[in-house]
Amino acid sequence: MRILIVFAVLLTLAYSCSEDAPAPAIPSDPDRFVVDGIDTLTGLIAQGDYLLVRGNCLACHSANLITQQGATAAGWREMIHWMQEKQGLTDLGELEEPIVAYLATYYAPVETGRRRPLGEVEWYRLNTDQAD
Amino acid sequence: MPHRPLSRRQFLTRSGLPVIFAASLPAGVQLLGLSAAPDPTLPGKHPGLTILNDRPVNAETPAHLLDEAVTSADRLFIRNNGIAPAAPPADPAEWTLRIAGEAVPQAVTFTLAELQAKFRHHTYQLTLECGGNGRKEFYPPARGNQWSTGAIGCPAWTGVRLRDVLEAAGYQSDRAVYVGYYGRDTHLSGDPDKVVISRGVPIAKALEDESLIAWAMNGQPLPLLNGYPLRLVFGGYPASCSGKWLSEIVVRDRLHDGEKMGGQSYRVPCTPVEPGATVADADMCIIEQMPVKSLITSPKTGATIAPGTKLNLGGHAWSSGPAVTEVAYSIDFGSSWQPCRLAPPVNRFAWQQFSATVAFPEPGYYEVWARATDAADRVQPMVLPGWNPRGYLNNACHRIAVKIA
Ligand code: HEC
Repeated sequence: MRILIVFAVLLTLAYSCSEDAPAPAIPSDPDRFVVDGIDTLTGLIAQGDYLLVRGNCLACHSANLITQQGATAAGWREMIHWMQEKQGLTDLGELEEPIVAYLATYYAPVETGRRRPLGEVEWYRLNTDQAD
Repeated sequence: MPHRPLSRRQFLTRSGLPVIFAASLPAGVQLLGLSAAPDPTLPGKHPGLTILNDRPVNAETPAHLLDEAVTSADRLFIRNNGIAPAAPPADPAEWTLRIAGEAVPQAVTFTLAELQAKFRHHTYQLTLECGGNGRKEFYPPARGNQWSTGAIGCPAWTGVRLRDVLEAAGYQSDRAVYVGYYGRDTHLSGDPDKVVISRGVPIAKALEDESLIAWAMNGQPLPLLNGYPLRLVFGGYPASCSGKWLSEIVVRDRLHDGEKMGGQSYRVPCTPVEPGATVADADMCIIEQMPVKSLITSPKTGATIAPGTKLNLGGHAWSSGPAVTEVAYSIDFGSSWQPCRLAPPVNRFAWQQFSATVAFPEPGYYEVWARATDAADRVQPMVLPGWNPRGYLNNACHRIAVKIA
């Protein structure tokens, strides 16, 4: 994780000192940031139209708000319209449909039921000799 | 935070960009929000906090880090809707708080230094919980940060009573209906004209003894991310009522209509709805009191203990005002409950400590569940309470995993 941040910082520097660095490689080879199917710059699943989300959704907040979320196409559309009405998100025009399609495909609701099992428990040994 | 609020002109320039790919943005702009790995530590905060989002900053505290009776400042969760002021003044004399609104005939401005000099100081331990704490468990999923159990804490707050300040400002008690706040944080879009959040409480809540304009947490200046240098604190109400980086208080002659008071924010359906229902804004009611709840903070989930030994269980329980009267635990998924020891609150709206010594009949996998009851006879549910579109008010029993092996 730390490496990614350092990398992101280096990237910023690369943009500002162009004599030292070659032209930024994102437009010509955006997938160079993909590791194990994840876009390491954002944390987005690097499938489908993820570059549209990267380009249009991260001016105000990081992708963490997106990657935490699961929603149907209708749910994603509702959130986008709420951001347009209340939060200053611009009209996405013909990009709205592919953006919603990407979100509804890769960030769909995951069925959890009324209470899910306590998953991902990290077991450790607790010394209880002191207990009475 | 590395973010500087933009000037109006910069904002317009930036928002006018044809944003197709982030990489086409000019230097300094392209990486806004582009970080897969949230900054692993937040200034002034414990490294063990779980960062849900780095921009805006939202971080919660794993249950076992909340074991202290008085929550340390570095362990209190952060729920920011916008961007904290980049450089708040170090000198409290420079921070101003304006008191205005329909029920204040003549607006009055106090510096923080004046507040500290003119009014009596009070310290209370007040439980602050995000209305969306526990959102993660709702299905169908609810919008917003997916909090698990850690958007809660109970530090000691020092400040002046909101009531004393409103009285000094000459507010009209016969006209006052609601108190709203404004703060000096910046909207995520950078637009200086957009209000991030402006909520508040009914006047009756504002006038309570424990309703504070606070500048200190556990005797120290507030952490920047929790509102430095000045904020409101209302125990027992959703934490979003307790405005941070406080710059203005308005005493309204009507329901406050600030940002995130209306629509579906911090509201739940006025009558119960089926999971996944679409609810019209007009049928959503403002959340006031938070529900009765408890949290097991010791041991950390995942403890494996030797057969024949006992487990010391501990945690906190709270409610929106009426004290918690009973906490029980179960090791058999609620088939049977045993009472816990329970301490009284140090003051109204402070959480209470519970403890128990737990024995297990045989080796194997167990879950220890805790369940609190308050003086109004409200009991925590074992399953999720009523589904609501934004995922508020989840007070289902907390549980930890324990193995006897
Ligand atoms: C102009 C600014 C802006 C842009 C651009 C933007 N958002 Fe948002 N978004 C916001 C704000 C403000 C919030 C509320 C954040 C909070 O309360 O913490 C938000 C919240 C969210 C949330 C959480 C839902 C909620 O109710 O809080 C999601 C998911 C989200 N945005 C997705 C997106 C997607 C997808 C895009 C691209 C189509 C996008 N955002 C572009 C401003 C923006």
